[in-house]
Amino acid sequence: MAAIELRNIVKVFSDKRRGRDLLTLDNISLDIEANDFVCLLGPSGCGKSTLLNIIAGFEQATSGRTLVDGQQVERPGSDRGVVFQQPTLMPWLTAIDNIAFHLKLRGVARAERHHRAMEFIDLVGLRGFERHHPSEMSGGMNQRVGIARALLMNPSVILMDEPFAALDAQTKLEMQEELVAIWQRRRCTIVFVTHSVDEALVLGNKIVVMTRRPGRIREAVNFDLPRPRDITSPEFNDAKRHILALIREESTRLAQAS
Amino acid sequence: MTSVTDVSPPKPAFRLTRTLQGLERLIVPALLIVGWEAFARSGMLPPALLPAPSAVLHALGDWVFGFDETTQTYSGHWLRDALASALRVFGGFALASALGILAGVAIGWSRLFEKTLEPTLQMLRPIPPVSWIPLAIIWFGIADKPAIFLVFLGAFFPVLMNSIHGVKTVDHNLVRAGAMMGASGRQMLTDIVLPAALPSIFAGLRIAVGSAWMLTVTAEMVAVKSGLGYVLWDSYYFLRYDIVLAAMISIGLLGYLSDLGLKAIMARTLRWQQATTVQGRAG
Repeated sequence: MAAIELRNIVKVFSDKRRGRDLLTLDNISLDIEANDFVCLLGPSGCGKSTLLNIIAGFEQATSGRTLVDGQQVERPGSDRGVVFQQPTLMPWLTAIDNIAFHLKLRGVARAERHHRAMEFIDLVGLRGFERHHPSEMSGGMNQRVGIARALLMNPSVILMDEPFAALDAQTKLEMQEELVAIWQRRRCTIVFVTHSVDEALVLGNKIVVMTRRPGRIREAVNFDLPRPRDITSPEFNDAKRHILALIREESTRLAQAS
Repeated sequence: MTSVTDVSPPKPAFRLTRTLQGLERLIVPALLIVGWEAFARSGMLPPALLPAPSAVLHALGDWVFGFDETTQTYSGHWLRDALASALRVFGGFALASALGILAGVAIGWSRLFEKTLEPTLQMLRPIPPVSWIPLAIIWFGIADKPAIFLVFLGAFFPVLMNSIHGVKTVDHNLVRAGAMMGASGRQMLTDIVLPAALPSIFAGLRIAVGSAWMLTVTAEMVAVKSGLGYVLWDSYYFLRYDIVLAAMISIGLLGYLSDLGLKAIMARTLRWQQATTVQGRAG
């Protein structure tokens, strides 16, 4: 059984003000296996974030079925950890309290919460900053807190919506490496939304290329280049060429259609 | 990036220059007081109508400490009068804060309360609290109750409006994050929405404490026979403008102190916010 099963997902947004409907996701079917690192790659507006929100339970598909571990998704829940594009931390809580927030909601005592959160502070390299508030840390550090917060819930899948998009190039590279290291160490399933071909190729072992609106799956590419990946290797470039060709084909088709 | 660097506060160099710079702000008030004193002593107006600052200070001193009974029956009774006013302020303000936050959060959070409760409250809001005085007197008589009622009316709406606003403008993504971590409906309110709305609620409380002083004094002028406002109005009847001014100064001072206290509580509660300003200033 796949960790995530998407069956004929259709999402239509109704634009009430203009009195028309907008087809955002058109019949998406996809299986994501446990321990996969899947990158959803597509141009902005292709519905990849919407698809992620449907898996997270923030939005409901117009039709189709979403199963996580065989369970129908109806609402958000701690079996699916979400890392948002912006860190989205509680600004009044320190780093450690943000990471342990899930435990607080479950009524775990403070000492026990902090004890368990320390493991994740270490995992994302924030030792020494556990008493800092989000406003006292950089964007990259806050996003580490966001990742640690999702990991602490020990969810069956982690959903990430362009979490590194707002970071500078160097921090982004560091974070990508660390994320891969965490994924390898903890064996979890990750669905990672991105619009960057390079990011998808550095991170994913399966890259799902989506088309421009309405979002469809153009091709799901398996990419098993050993890690750490050398982004200048011929294999990397071959895969990149293939994916870029898929995207280019798509834009040519659109240009002809219009 | 895993080491914490110590940022020590700037060295206390040039302390003397800074003290002198601090005196700049005293120049204008000092000139005003000296000018007022000179004008009052010049005899262009009868001293009863424009008492000199020294006379006001004398009246205030006697009112507080009772050394020469220049303020007659009020001599040495300042503490009693100030306390009477302060208790009314506190009573009305506490009631308004509790109900204002409760109603505001309910309206901001639930469509049902917004539809049922808000229109009525918004209709009552434009009615000036002082226009309730006649009703307050028939309902509650002449004592503490009508004053507390008026203070409540004046302080309730700023708290209400800011609580509604605070809850309504909570970052939608924080609510999503809470749902992702498994927050129940009640936890969403107590652990996410309420703390997120606190800065706005505190802004409302600070406006409310100002209104509370204004309305206490107003109520004491008409509907109560004690407190700073009563002393002010009573002295006006006896043309004791020095006491009128001393009462005005006392009200201003106590109002300022109330706001200062509230600000201190706010700074403690919202310490997480201060970091933002400090960082913003540093870089």
